[in-house]
Amino acid sequence: MVTILFFGQLKERLDTSRLPLELVDGSKCLGSVAELRAFLLTKGDVWKENLAYGSALVAVNQQIATEDTPIKDADEIAFFPPVTGG
Amino acid sequence: MEADTLTYIQVQEDDFSLAAEYQALIDGNSRDGAVVTFCGLVRDMNFDNSVSSLFLEHYPGMTEKSLLSIIELARNKWPLGRIRVVHRVGRLQVSEQIVFVGVTSQHRQAAFQGAEFIMDFLKTQAPFWKKETTKEGQYWVDAKQSDNHKAKLWGI
Repeated sequence: MVTILFFGQLKERLDTSRLPLELVDGSKCLGSVAELRAFLLTKGDVWKENLAYGSALVAVNQQIATEDTPIKDADEIAFFPPVTGG
Repeated sequence: MEADTLTYIQVQEDDFSLAAEYQALIDGNSRDGAVVTFCGLVRDMNFDNSVSSLFLEHYPGMTEKSLLSIIELARNKWPLGRIRVVHRVGRLQVSEQIVFVGVTSQHRQAAFQGAEFIMDFLKTQAPFWKKETTKEGQYWVDAKQSDNHKAKLWGI
């Protein structure tokens, strides 16, 4: 089980701030950010529109990650828009 | 959050005192001859008095880690003394203080550059998001290309 977090505009558009997910479920096994993102895009049009590569940044265990970053059980994964602090 | 004796970072809803932050940078600090402080304020980003307030969201946990890693990058580039970063979150009105960066060093050049570097990376790396409230409604603020360009100029 991993925890997926969403922030900012992404959280509002997906109407989801936290999504627990089993990485292994039947034939599905999600081992990287790219695989997780591809799975989330199948959840519906609003997910496809807002989570596509290039439109949302991703962090694994609170560090900026890339599509190749591996994910494993108990990880905390976050998707969010470009940051606007300061 | 007290990362070490020289580094202080804090994410908070409450306002901060510029005088108290400055004092914390200089109290008992006889080594450093330079103190540079930066204070960022909430402004009307539409320039027409239409923005009444901002809501600042952040990613608790990652925010602090991100600020500490930015400070570590700065320390690797310049001989810096004390560093204090305070960032506010939650509901903020126009003209309120939003961020403080204070850096000390033996000489001014490192302190000036260290403070600017920390702000440039805070704006492009630290997970904060602004939502503005205007007469027309609430809107998430878009990231600025100019901020990304400015951070890239440091060559990291």
